[in-house]
Amino acid sequence: MALLQISEPGQTTAPHQHKLAVGIDLGTTNSLVATVRSGQATVLPDEAGNRLLPSVVRYQKGSEPQVGQQAKDAAPIDPMNTIMSVKRYLGRGLDDIAKKEFVSYEFTQTDSAVPRFNTEAGEISPVEVSADILKVLHRRAEASLGAELQGAVITVPAYFDDAQRQATKDAAKLAGLKVLRLLNEPTAAAVAYGLDKKAEGVVVIYDLGGGTFDVSILRLNKGVFEVMATAGDSALGGDDMDAAIAGWMMQQAGIDSGSDQAQMRRLMHEARRLKEALTENETVSVSIARMDESVWQGELDRTKMNELIDPLIRKTLSPCRRALRDAGINVDDIEDVVMVGGSTRVPRVREKIEDFFGKTPLVDIDPDEVVAIGAAIQADVLVGNKPDDEMLLLDVIPLSLGLETMGGLVEKLINRNTTIPVARAQEFTTYKDGQTAMSLLVVQGEREMVKDCRELARFSLRDIPPMVAGAARIRVTFQVDADGLLNVEAEELTSGVKNSIEVKPSYGLEDNEIEKMLRDSIDHAADDMEARRLREQQVEAERVIEALQAALEKDGELYLSEDERDKIDQALLHLQEMHQGEDPRAIKAAIKALEKVCDTYVEKRMNSSIQEAMSGHKVTDF
Amino acid sequence: MSFDLNADYFSLFDLPVSYSIDNALLTQKYRDLQQVVHPDRFANATEQERRLSLQYTTHLNEAVNVLKDPLARARYLLELKGVQWDDEQSTLSDPAFLMQQMELREALSDVREQDDPLEAVADIISEVTAIIRGNSCQLEEMLQSDDQDEWLKAKDQVRKMQFLKKLISEAEAVEAELEDS
Repeated sequence: MALLQISEPGQTTAPHQHKLAVGIDLGTTNSLVATVRSGQATVLPDEAGNRLLPSVVRYQKGSEPQVGQQAKDAAPIDPMNTIMSVKRYLGRGLDDIAKKEFVSYEFTQTDSAVPRFNTEAGEISPVEVSADILKVLHRRAEASLGAELQGAVITVPAYFDDAQRQATKDAAKLAGLKVLRLLNEPTAAAVAYGLDKKAEGVVVIYDLGGGTFDVSILRLNKGVFEVMATAGDSALGGDDMDAAIAGWMMQQAGIDSGSDQAQMRRLMHEARRLKEALTENETVSVSIARMDESVWQGELDRTKMNELIDPLIRKTLSPCRRALRDAGINVDDIEDVVMVGGSTRVPRVREKIEDFFGKTPLVDIDPDEVVAIGAAIQADVLVGNKPDDEMLLLDVIPLSLGLETMGGLVEKLINRNTTIPVARAQEFTTYKDGQTAMSLLVVQGEREMVKDCRELARFSLRDIPPMVAGAARIRVTFQVDADGLLNVEAEELTSGVKNSIEVKPSYGLEDNEIEKMLRDSIDHAADDMEARRLREQQVEAERVIEALQAALEKDGELYLSEDERDKIDQALLHLQEMHQGEDPRAIKAAIKALEKVCDTYVEKRMNSSIQEAMSGHKVTDF
Repeated sequence: MSFDLNADYFSLFDLPVSYSIDNALLTQKYRDLQQVVHPDRFANATEQERRLSLQYTTHLNEAVNVLKDPLARARYLLELKGVQWDDEQSTLSDPAFLMQQMELREALSDVREQDDPLEAVADIISEVTAIIRGNSCQLEEMLQSDDQDEWLKAKDQVRKMQFLKKLISEAEAVEAELEDS
């Protein structure tokens, strides 16, 4: 299918059908779903007309999880069972969580490195909480669009590391969504503003959300986006402003910091109200009930609030400088500054950013919706609704990837801001005579020492043939795909045998854990699992059949001998038969068999598209 | 032309095998190819096409990274000419160069004691950048030659420039630290 779209712009294999795809902004504070309808990207509201879904899930014994506003309202009375800002825990270990200062939950340590929230309804992982949010958006989209979704683009902060991206993808899988692409939030924002339609330019995306800060520098050139650099702080946002204001209130009212969770939440809630009120007004009055029921009354003006939040805004400037440096550009080179995230509504933030970049920031699109809208536009292109759209997003890896070497030092294999997909290999050797196993630690981060970087995975290479120290040649290959996800392979070269490796994600869920969650979830009872597997394989088979038939019709004669064509036709027929049956494994095998006989054909076609792309420009070169 | 994973990087982009390179043209060719092979073009395609797309795009990115970076390009060009890189064994025997390196490094480690450390770092960076620029011109001439001796000189030149480049990135790290503090 995709091959046909490349070589024949404007003609899809299924012109009769508009495929349904959505963009999802899975945010720290709020989540949204958007889609492109009649050429317009719009956010899909729920039945009550609410566009934002608070990213809050409440777990109660014996009932379905409560998601959104209801759960958020219940947070002050049921803090331990109500999970807020779950995005901050995605792909994180207990050690990281212990470092956080904000309102915390009770956690259970299990065999898996993934922490579990200890709730009334049992132990719940951050991935499951995220999946519960995604399920609501999935249902919302299908209800308002009236059909099954073909796929979704889900956004992540550009600064998310491998474990966090993987966790996001796992959550989507649990929610039954086909992920077309994980898209960086700032890139989505640029797409929403249609900046790709501009001829050329450098754009800064300043994204200050509820819980994360990202700054990205993108270069746009005729529909091609390149992320030149990205930096940020995955634990800085509007929540921190609220905390600063809450801290001031506590100090003014004489409330000590040992207050209970419920009181803290009330204070945070009030702080947010003040912050929002001060967007319009110069002063706002405040009253706080102390524990002994006496009331403190006071006033907060904008100047005082600015004083409280200025250190936080200043904290965002350091990543801005770092990004400029990495991109190798000056402030003068920047053409546009795009504001994203609810916290950019705060006038002081706009003021300071305008000062720093010397440009009036773009604020026309609702900063809460801009990311979901951009994601919806890309989803529409990826699913194949706009075959002649030349939009292409080239992304970079946000953090360097490396391996532990002697003395706890990091050997970097892939530097941050390298365009993805990318693969790099490095050779290592044994340091002891007769050594038959080697343990490897994969890390992500910029620091020299392993202990200062994020541990991604630990695996060991076994069955190395015994040799003298230094004789073995172990090649480790890192492959990062277009979603920024890492795959590691290790091979001992002298023995010529590719050894099996076992990758154990340090802060991710194992495949069998996900499988178990899928089985356990109420939506997917035991026999549902089999039905789901069958459906998945059928969809994949349909995809393959449709793509191949269209391709054969177009240029089968050009590239295939009679003999080759016969083999393909046979395999195709076999797949069509299996597709009618009910055995997902048989369908899968038939797909594999068909792909095998098509190998050279697919390559020839792709090469011919490449040739077209190249020669097309030779003409214009002269 | 087809997408031959074994072809040299220059012909992949349909460019002449040469040290001097038309960067704008390279960028244009790179983007044209990405338009066709990038995984985004195959988000809804079969497994097989997605695999192939990933492989091609990865190769393209590697190729463009080598060609865009003058030093990596020079190394690569010498490799194509059959020059071996045995980085760990070979040493540089150019006393004047080594002396200059030591002086520059000393200057870098002393910047914090200067009245204006940021300016001192900036001075070092611009000095080294100027040296690299000079070296780059010489390198271009050496690489244009058909003489094997010139290639070996070019090899030494590349290695010197690697030292200088490392010095610049260290200086930039110091600069970043100073700016952030």
